[in-house]
Amino acid sequence: MAMKLHGLVGSNATFRSMVALIEKDLDFEFVPVDFAAREHKTPQYLARNPFGQVPAFEDGDLKLFESRAISKYVAETYADKGTNLTFNDSKKLAIQTVWMEVEGQKFDPASAKLVWELALKPIFGQTTDDLVVAEFEQKLSQVLDVYERRLTESKFLGGDKFTLADLYHLPNIHYLMATKAKSLFHARPHVGAWCEDILSRPAWLKVVAMLPK
Amino acid sequence: MATPVTVYGPPLSTAVSRVLVCLLEKDVPFQLVPISMAKGEHKKPDYLKIQPFGQVPAFQDDEITLFESRAICRYIADKYPSKGTMGLFGTNPLVKASIDQWLEAESQSFNPPSSILAFQLVFAPRMKLKQDKALIKQNEAKLVKVLDIYENRLGESRYLAGDEFTLADLSHLPNTQYLVEKTNRAELFMSRRNVGRWWDEISSRPSWKKVVEMQNAPSQ
Repeated sequence: MAMKLHGLVGSNATFRSMVALIEKDLDFEFVPVDFAAREHKTPQYLARNPFGQVPAFEDGDLKLFESRAISKYVAETYADKGTNLTFNDSKKLAIQTVWMEVEGQKFDPASAKLVWELALKPIFGQTTDDLVVAEFEQKLSQVLDVYERRLTESKFLGGDKFTLADLYHLPNIHYLMATKAKSLFHARPHVGAWCEDILSRPAWLKVVAMLPK
Repeated sequence: MATPVTVYGPPLSTAVSRVLVCLLEKDVPFQLVPISMAKGEHKKPDYLKIQPFGQVPAFQDDEITLFESRAICRYIADKYPSKGTMGLFGTNPLVKASIDQWLEAESQSFNPPSSILAFQLVFAPRMKLKQDKALIKQNEAKLVKVLDIYENRLGESRYLAGDEFTLADLSHLPNTQYLVEKTNRAELFMSRRNVGRWWDEISSRPSWKKVVEMQNAPSQ
């Protein structure tokens, strides 16, 4: 039975898992979840993701939720297929894991709020809150200052090759690059170059091709 | 005897205590290096070299320097699979996937509201800061939703990732300890039968009792 990814086109979390599946050249079926019909709150869906969120994933009998856990499972289980997204050496893996946590604990809280205010609210006809934007641009700047220093010492965030540590960042960076917040990335030369590099990966381009024009 | 590993930071810090309980579960000897936040030691250049965000904990052993408590815990569990509590990060890939899933749930859904509540209800008064009532109400509502989900889950299995105590449960110890023992919001957890049963079990593990002793020690 093929793998299945249940999710929503355009959802950061759905794309975070989808890009890992595509990087790994894995055969999977994308199953859209009908938010308009509140499918994500039905008992059948809650059995897949008890938080009523996307994505949810199946590989045979295994069922998983949490986009980062899904990407990690795929990277580890199918290590030899497609791009190897994780280090085999235990010390290198430990450093990679640090920066995977940094994405979840530092980068995402700062950037997800900006994605909502600057990229998504306009689409839903809601008004951007400039005070919130200023606050979170400040927070993101502080995180990106650390990234700038890190990327002068290391080609990618997790080490000398592209790994999950970089991949986890793709959806939020993609959205922010279409907003005024892109200046935060471009103002920092190593961060800017790293963004361009990871956003131009074929697997990511396949994911964004799903977005309406 | 192996060289003790080093953990930087005060045991009262939730993130530091997350690492300490993991080391105790795995029987890994450690030394604790105090970092005085009051004196700004966490922002000094020497410390920023090992933790560039200027936070605690940081971790060193004879091979590596790390930060981010959950990354440190994963490293310890992977490096010492046969020491102490063995199933902490799973004994096969399918169990590991479930542990990772609930570790992410802790990180993304449980930690934000419980951290904010712990800060507002426990630390803000200690630091003589004004509490933000709206923030408390908002985060209590978020935490309630998460605990309802946990209540269902813990009716299906003894611990979050399955029938064994793992890193996924361990990761919840620090924030829950503050909310249950140091605030009047204990009933958020204890009024839920399965969550209450789970909390009683995980908090009475000798490793966690030792960490609480360290937190309550007078010399800090």
